[in-house]
Amino acid sequence: MKVSYYPGCSLHATAKEYDQSVKAVSAALGIELKEVEDWSCCGATAAHSTNFKLSVALSARNLVAAEKDAMDVMVPCAACFNRFKSAQHNLKEDAELKKEIEKAVGKPYKGSVAVRTPIDIIANDIGLDNLKSKVRKPLKGIKPVAYYGCLLLRPPEVCQFDDYENPVLLDKMMAALGAEPKQWSYKTDCCGGSMSISRSDVVKKMADKFMAMAREADANCIVVACPLCQANLDMRASGNNRVPVFYFTELIGVALGLGGAQDWFKLHNIDSKPLLSGLGLL
Amino acid sequence: MTQFLQEVNDRIKGVPIQRCFHCRKCTAGCPMASVMEHNPNKVIKMIQLGMKDEVLKSSTIWLCASCETCVTRCPNDVDIARMMDVLREMAVEKGIAVPQKNILALHKAFLSSIKMFGRVNEPIMLAHYKLLSGDYFSDLDMGLSMFLKGKITPFGPRTKDMSSVKKIFKDTKLS
Repeated sequence: MKVSYYPGCSLHATAKEYDQSVKAVSAALGIELKEVEDWSCCGATAAHSTNFKLSVALSARNLVAAEKDAMDVMVPCAACFNRFKSAQHNLKEDAELKKEIEKAVGKPYKGSVAVRTPIDIIANDIGLDNLKSKVRKPLKGIKPVAYYGCLLLRPPEVCQFDDYENPVLLDKMMAALGAEPKQWSYKTDCCGGSMSISRSDVVKKMADKFMAMAREADANCIVVACPLCQANLDMRASGNNRVPVFYFTELIGVALGLGGAQDWFKLHNIDSKPLLSGLGLL
Repeated sequence: MTQFLQEVNDRIKGVPIQRCFHCRKCTAGCPMASVMEHNPNKVIKMIQLGMKDEVLKSSTIWLCASCETCVTRCPNDVDIARMMDVLREMAVEKGIAVPQKNILALHKAFLSSIKMFGRVNEPIMLAHYKLLSGDYFSDLDMGLSMFLKGKITPFGPRTKDMSSVKKIFKDTKLS
């Protein structure tokens, strides 16, 4: 299958390993990616927190660019995904707003492309059975807790992703790879998002809580699908209480035996080598 | 007194916030409530009481992390997360001094990076944030480590058609 690809700013910077692993996994699963032409930032928290119309217009500029190719758009960053879904929701509901936004963007907005996460595409289009059949190194001994965070799920009528209080897609995917997902109560809690820089004191407490609870659930790593969740847990958790925090695509890459996987983990703050090498997975 | 309530509801364009019956589910699920000056449901009551200054000057509206747990769990579908956006936008429009100045400084640095490059250039954005916030020395070790790993670079690809990005900023500028 072929889809449009919107990496967003994070995947070219702090979440480089997410971009690299999404691309490697997509190629291995036969998903062809075509980058959205001359994309710009989705506006993220900064735009919607201070200027509603700016936030819709910045997202709409990219949606309009993607509409040219008329394919589903894969958006790995949960924050970009949430902004695009929200913009689509607002533009659908409000004809007057749509007119204003089209004027600012300078092009007509059709609302014709589906904005999708790679979790959704892999689970529903490729299929977990198909994924399972491609596993070369089952993730035996990997015991992840799945951390979905906010932006993939809420508000549910906008995101339309998975059960919003008890999502299971990532857990099922990890099980398909041979891992042993653990249950915990923090799947949908907030990591503090952009407060990481402006109120790092608060985010540090959140990160420490998640690490402690992951350990209590007998997990040896956390699996995420959002650059903000990964950065906040990986960078802010205190020294001696940590478990590695993986993007789900990194673990798929390891299970499929893709080359180059070891380079992704070098970009993490928390060293994941002892866990992966200890289990003979790297 | 009702003017403030009306203005907030008009901007939210959703369920009128006075549908809130203060079950406090929003506050119970809020990850930031413990550091907020006023609980989310209290902000609704303050708006109903016309306490415009107190609401727009409070740190609460800036401490909301936009996780949307409140609106997802509200039995009356009050969009509290959108309400917080609306209140922040009103505070910015009125030029009200923000008690959580680092939070607004980060938003400003972030948006100015988009306006300049179309995308967020992290080293330049963070340097700008430090200048705006005066918080010069935090996280320097972390920034250096990310730079050495090649995670952040000032030379990343930028948006080419910058005139279209600049037009968006111009056309949506707050009055």
